[in-house]
Amino acid sequence: MKLKTRKRLYEELEDLKSKTMKMGSLVAAAVEEAVESLVRRNVRLAKKVIKEDDKIDNLELEIENKCMHIIALQQPVAKDLRLIGSCFKIITDLERVGDRAVDIASLTIEFAGRPLVKPLVDIPRMAELAVGMLRDSMRAFKEEDSLLAQGLGERDDEVDRLAHQVTRELFSYLIEDPKKISDAVRLILVASFLERIADHATNIGERVIYVEKGKRVKIN
Amino acid sequence: MKIKLQTKKLNVWYGGIHVVRDFTIKIPEKRITAVIGPSGCGKSTFLKALNRMVELVPGARVSGKVILDVKNIYGKDVDETEIRWKIGMVFQKPNPFPKSIYENVAYGPRIHGMAGKEKLRRIVEESLRKAALWEEVKDRLNVSALELSGGQQQRLCIARTLAVNPEVILMDEPCSALDPIATTKIEDLLFELKKNYTIVIVTHNLQQAARVSDYTAFMYMGELIEYGRTEEIFERPKNKKTQDYVMGRFG
Repeated sequence: MKLKTRKRLYEELEDLKSKTMKMGSLVAAAVEEAVESLVRRNVRLAKKVIKEDDKIDNLELEIENKCMHIIALQQPVAKDLRLIGSCFKIITDLERVGDRAVDIASLTIEFAGRPLVKPLVDIPRMAELAVGMLRDSMRAFKEEDSLLAQGLGERDDEVDRLAHQVTRELFSYLIEDPKKISDAVRLILVASFLERIADHATNIGERVIYVEKGKRVKIN
Repeated sequence: MKIKLQTKKLNVWYGGIHVVRDFTIKIPEKRITAVIGPSGCGKSTFLKALNRMVELVPGARVSGKVILDVKNIYGKDVDETEIRWKIGMVFQKPNPFPKSIYENVAYGPRIHGMAGKEKLRRIVEESLRKAALWEEVKDRLNVSALELSGGQQQRLCIARTLAVNPEVILMDEPCSALDPIATTKIEDLLFELKKNYTIVIVTHNLQQAARVSDYTAFMYMGELIEYGRTEEIFERPKNKKTQDYVMGRFG
């Protein structure tokens, strides 16, 4: 039994994977830049993140169409079908991560010209973890690495813990000084966006395991 | 779910060639079970063994059991002709008799001893209705069956099978000689027929197996490799060979 037939389907699936990988890279870069814009108070960078989200949205549509075409024309089944079904779901997760990057960049713009209520320490740390998870979820997707995907669960726990810590700390600021309420709430939002991004990465990890093994596994 | 037909360690040889090997399967009642596998894997022989038609092949030898309800059809006291009424078969190429449409359907019941013109007429109509052909032929029952299109001829053959009141219908590639529209009609018909009959269909067309069947059996080199609910076989097959086959990755 040699694996040499259905060359065209193979090529289509490779292309689908590489486009999905590309979307993953764009989205991860958007989150990094959004957080950098916040930390460095760089409004220009924030605007760039917002502008470039269109690219991500267009790519999502392109990938969705590609999935539809492959299903209609090639009648994939079994692992091929699981891969396509998973791409469908993964791009939704990625698109939402992209939207969170836009949300963070928008907050950067709202903060412009005002000092932050506190120096940002845990938020960049959370961002680093969440983006690391996102990149690894996409690497697991590319390399069909269920083990790497499975490990995302524990890393998500760490992000959740940090989000909780940041929130608690910011609550204390906003109780101390009502003038800081709006900015503190904005930073709480950033923490919750980053926490959501990590959740999306674990969702992607679950799809990777489904593609590989055909099993539904909860990893967070 | 009730098991209608099952095989236990079924083996078939053609001369010295071992075609079906230790095949054990339980086929549920009023469901469609598809048998898939590459050419020469023994699917058609397996199907023919289910109603003893295989015994008509010179040099064929069978061991093991095929149990219809509770009775081994290869038992000593079993009349194979009666078994072939109860377990009917539809073939790849439509093979109507060179007689009228009416006679094609009436032939079986008549030699089966169902006499009476009115009774026969009723059986013919009912069978043609069940085969979704009645509306197309009711005004020309005396026309030769050979004037029908391929798809109509195949439905006529199904009507002919139904006329003798079978419990199980075996189908060997029933659509492979038909165009897509005729194929769709047969597939719709299968869906209706499974309300009353147990159907086993052998097909090369994987999409057809996926569309019409409730259960799928994958056969390779005479053996049953994997058997399960159709959605499982096409979504997450357990066996590597099954996966390669349904994904079309057999070299």
